[in-house]
Amino acid sequence: MSDTGANPPKEFFVIEDPHHGDDHGEHHHETGTMLGFWIYLMSDCLIFGILFATYAVLGQNYAAGPAPADLFEIEKILLATFALLFSSITYGFAVLRMDMDDLRGTVLWLIVTGLFGAGFLYLEFQEFSHLWHIGATPMASAFLSSFFFLVGTHGLHVLGGSIWLIVLLMQLGQRGLTHENKRRVMCLSLFWHFLDLIWIGVFSLVYLTGVLL
Amino acid sequence: MSCQLSKISIQSRSKRRKNMKRAFLSTALLSVFALSGCDLVVLNPSGDVAAQQADLILYSTVLMLIIILPVMALTVFFAWKYRESNKEATYEPDWDHSTSLEIIIWSVPLAIIICLAGLTYVATHRLDPFEPLRRVSAAEAIDPQVEPMVIQVSAMDWKWLFIYPEQGIATVNEVAAVVDRPIRFEITSTTVMNSFFVPALAGQIYAMSGMQTELNAVINKPGVYDGFSANYSGEGFSQMRFKFHGKTQADFDAWVAQVQAQGVELDRETLAQLDQPSISHPITYYDTVEDGLWDKIVNLCIDDNSLCLNDMMMVDALGGGGLEGLWNREMFRGLCSADDPGALMAMIRPEMRLRENEIITAMTLVPPASAN
Amino acid sequence: MSLSNEAADGIARATGVDPIFGKLSWGVFPFYEPIILYTFIVVAIGGGAVVGALTYFRLWGYLWKEWFTSIDHKKIGIMYMVLGLVMLLRGFADALMMRGHQAIAASGGEGFLNAHHYDQIFTAHGVIMIFFVAMPFVTGFMNYVMPLQIGARDVAFPFLNNLSFWLTVSGAVLIMMSLFIGEFSTAGWLAYAPFSGLDYSPSVGMDYYLWSLNIAGIGTTLSGINLVVTIVKMRAPGMTLMKMPVFTWTALCTNILIVATFPVLTATLALLTADRYLGTHFFTNDLGGNPMMYVNLIWIWGHPEVYILILPIFGIFSEIVPTFTGKRLFGYTSMVYATCVIMILSYLVWLHHFFTMGAGANVNAFFGITTMVISIPTGAKIFNWLFTMYKGRIRFETPMLWVMGFMLTFVLGGMTGVLLAVPPADYVLHNSLFLIAHFHNVIIGGVVFGIFAGIIYWWPKAFGFKLEPFWGKVSFWCWLIGFYLAFMPLYVLGLMGVTRRLSQFEDTFYSIYFVIALFGALFIAAGIGAFLVQIYVSIRRRDELRDTTGDPWGGRTLEWSTSSPPPYYNFAFTPRVHELDAFTQMKREGFVRPTEGFVPIHMPRYTATGVVMAGLLTVMGFALVWHIWWLAAVSFAATLVYGIGHTFNYDRDYYVPADEVKDIEDQRTQALAGAAE
Repeated sequence: MSDTGANPPKEFFVIEDPHHGDDHGEHHHETGTMLGFWIYLMSDCLIFGILFATYAVLGQNYAAGPAPADLFEIEKILLATFALLFSSITYGFAVLRMDMDDLRGTVLWLIVTGLFGAGFLYLEFQEFSHLWHIGATPMASAFLSSFFFLVGTHGLHVLGGSIWLIVLLMQLGQRGLTHENKRRVMCLSLFWHFLDLIWIGVFSLVYLTGVLL
Repeated sequence: MSCQLSKISIQSRSKRRKNMKRAFLSTALLSVFALSGCDLVVLNPSGDVAAQQADLILYSTVLMLIIILPVMALTVFFAWKYRESNKEATYEPDWDHSTSLEIIIWSVPLAIIICLAGLTYVATHRLDPFEPLRRVSAAEAIDPQVEPMVIQVSAMDWKWLFIYPEQGIATVNEVAAVVDRPIRFEITSTTVMNSFFVPALAGQIYAMSGMQTELNAVINKPGVYDGFSANYSGEGFSQMRFKFHGKTQADFDAWVAQVQAQGVELDRETLAQLDQPSISHPITYYDTVEDGLWDKIVNLCIDDNSLCLNDMMMVDALGGGGLEGLWNREMFRGLCSADDPGALMAMIRPEMRLRENEIITAMTLVPPASAN
Repeated sequence: MSLSNEAADGIARATGVDPIFGKLSWGVFPFYEPIILYTFIVVAIGGGAVVGALTYFRLWGYLWKEWFTSIDHKKIGIMYMVLGLVMLLRGFADALMMRGHQAIAASGGEGFLNAHHYDQIFTAHGVIMIFFVAMPFVTGFMNYVMPLQIGARDVAFPFLNNLSFWLTVSGAVLIMMSLFIGEFSTAGWLAYAPFSGLDYSPSVGMDYYLWSLNIAGIGTTLSGINLVVTIVKMRAPGMTLMKMPVFTWTALCTNILIVATFPVLTATLALLTADRYLGTHFFTNDLGGNPMMYVNLIWIWGHPEVYILILPIFGIFSEIVPTFTGKRLFGYTSMVYATCVIMILSYLVWLHHFFTMGAGANVNAFFGITTMVISIPTGAKIFNWLFTMYKGRIRFETPMLWVMGFMLTFVLGGMTGVLLAVPPADYVLHNSLFLIAHFHNVIIGGVVFGIFAGIIYWWPKAFGFKLEPFWGKVSFWCWLIGFYLAFMPLYVLGLMGVTRRLSQFEDTFYSIYFVIALFGALFIAAGIGAFLVQIYVSIRRRDELRDTTGDPWGGRTLEWSTSSPPPYYNFAFTPRVHELDAFTQMKREGFVRPTEGFVPIHMPRYTATGVVMAGLLTVMGFALVWHIWWLAAVSFAATLVYGIGHTFNYDRDYYVPADEVKDIEDQRTQALAGAAE
């Protein structure tokens, strides 16, 4: 390990050029933010993992009540799924516009994304209120508890993402495509695609298997 | 009182060589702790299963001491030898690696853990509480003619109910068994998780509501032993204790006769009353037990208001009770005892008639609580 | 029993939910319990005195500006330590009451606690000691030391760091509130379902538990993310992963564990919260719920949690041993791999906490063996410290004494731990006092000893003067003797088949052991007292204990290269690292501290957002506990709005002018020159 002697005298500190250091510092910090956000998403993923596991364990405990086949209207769910998938694509377009420093395009695509998100939320709300109305509440059985919690937690995330989207649009309006705002757009982008991925899991595990089996 | 019992146990045990060895080991290892003349029941039990578990504790301890003791000795020795004031000791500030030492410090613990893992694997399988016993004691093999005595145990807030299907009696907070005859405890709970534990007899197993765990054990010596819940269950937990009596066949028969003479009937109403929380519940005897009561306890339907778990799981296995099940769960009551599964299918899932056989076969896979 | 009935009545009267006050009413103050009344009087007088003194000396503004809103990782680290110390006193008071009560109850008396109160006390003891003593201490060390060790000026997300701290405080505040307003949970520190469900624990105690841990748990997760990013992204140039100090390595592994397990806790508690607030059926006995799933989930978090506590402590020992033996750490590489192996294995052992739940022999054997395997890397670590001492020059200053106490005590705890990992042995030892003795053996003998070693070791770095050694040694010996007296009898009691959490005993058979254990607890109390005296005496005599060099022990890592206490920017110039013991190399090769050529330094600004948001969330937690729905909604909305408002503030950092850096550094130059004369 010790390699003294062979080398010329060592430098033990870095002299930062204040101007260069400026750039360097920000760059440094930004990659940190993306890494941090990514780790946060992984921890969130773990929460969903637990909810999926809970659903896997409790999903067939109907307590002599209704099963997925009695409840799910797959066409509407499919519609909601497409709304969310499209919102991911439109978010991708927004990021592409952002890379071209096109504020208007970015904002427009983000608004489209938000509309798709709102559509998804509306459909989910409709489904939940329908279930509630016919008595299939989370209190009725362990299956329904785990169903509402898994799907509902995802829905709450989409709601949170939508609120964030609105806040971000305001900030873009105030300050344009600054360094910080670009970073925020990228973070929300990660978040949004992540929710899409989770939804694919929800759709396959809960709805598709529920209706097919 | 326990103290006295334990002393008796030492005297009679010392006649057996094997137990002498154990007593010797435990004295050697735990002499530090032995502050009074009283005995460590976990290391000197009276049932064969617990005795094997005690042996396992001692063997594992010895195995680990092979490495623990040298480490402790070296710690003290190095600390003394290389103290700052000892200028004669060598000082090598840059010595930080030695491949051979590294190999030793990883491989010696590894070797010990491999031995211990082997021991663990074998012992875990041999002492699986769900498995029937393979021997009555170290000296005596199991007699295939003798059926184990079944005792059904339910933890309640805060007392223990014991049902004897063979004798048709039930007791609260007192349980007896015949010496050297295998016992199979079937254990459940009508309340929160408890743990059924008689240290002198065998290790513990959780008592959980809606489920049935099992414990196979045997008592080798007559005596009165402590039993209790070993998993905290609330306000009356400290008093949730009972006595376990190891009796000879004749004494046991006399005890059964006593229970029958003093007892009343245990039916669902009595049981529902008993199920109310109570602390320090007195020892109670029941001379007869209503048919099917144990199933009702395991399936959480002592009162008429709830759908039995086995019925519910049966419906679920068939694909749920549909929307009407939300309002009218009661219509499924008693399904499990139905003689004709086909008719049952027709009622719950008329559209599935075609796959009837497949589904009925699958039904036998539902958990033990509902299979019985 | 009558007392607890009164308690139940008090709560029952309060269950009628008022639209404005929720379940709150005059009946919820448990002052009919004399112990609580006296505690309240003492706390009120003490608290009043502190508040009065702070007001009299006009310190509120200072505290707010310099500490509460600070995002300096060093100040946050110190605040974590203060939180841990305060909560240690509370948690230890619970321990003393339990020991005292059991000693009396086992000797034929009734004891001074009814079952209901006793159950709250052991629950509070466990929750407080793990979540609000051990965790803050460990997080405090990581916050204070790790950035200095890697040559960074702060953590990656300084504001988040402040928020994490205040969220932890928020959880602690909720638990402290439960002492005087309502009651605490009686369900044990892990709140096993279905006992913790609404059917069996209808009182607000469980709700305090849930909201306290929900809020604090989120803080811990955020802190974990923050520190992982800090270590990955902000190391000084030249510090490759295999040149990181071992403490930083253990901090990295610990924070990865935090990020990978605390979400499990959050999710599990959220499900239990839903069971209690919405009437869902995740962990209930009826309608398809599965209590066994709760036990699995909580231990999937719970087992890694004990490694979250012990790994950084291993790191602390790995810093102290080389320093006080004046020698490089033996087997750095195998130390690092051992840490990583422990981190991974800690996920594969959770089932050993419930072998007795009836899993099959194969499952039990698998988890038993994985548990034993953990002892191999742990053993390797012990050997590494051992061979670091070999051919060293060991200075037995107080931190090294704690290390010796640790090495001799911890191996015993490890041994009993492996014993408990043998499933059939666990059948007879599970839930017994043997188990209690085991985990106190590793937590006290490992974590607590390490915390004290670490406090004494890094105290001069944080405050510029050493702790006075005499009282430190008194404290050490009291703790060591106290530990053995308190817990060796519990091992024996466990082997006698005595189970845990008993508040009453049938006979006086066990009396002597409980009495000895009580004496042990009193010794430990003396140890805590001596520690407080040590701090007091050291502050009084700080001038003679002063260290101006910044390197009082002959340290080996970068934190010793800066002044004590370090300037708020830590390093005037970012250090460049060439080998493992960076500062040792700097000293060996005659590094001269630069005294000119300073440049402006980029630093984050202080902000009140963290403390305000955590305060609002505390109100929300309180409102939810008492079902004051409007207040919960208002405080939640306020938190959200305040948090969003914070994102509109783009002016979060500034440059420290080069002149200011020069002034601070010149002062140090003078101090060093003064010390040299």
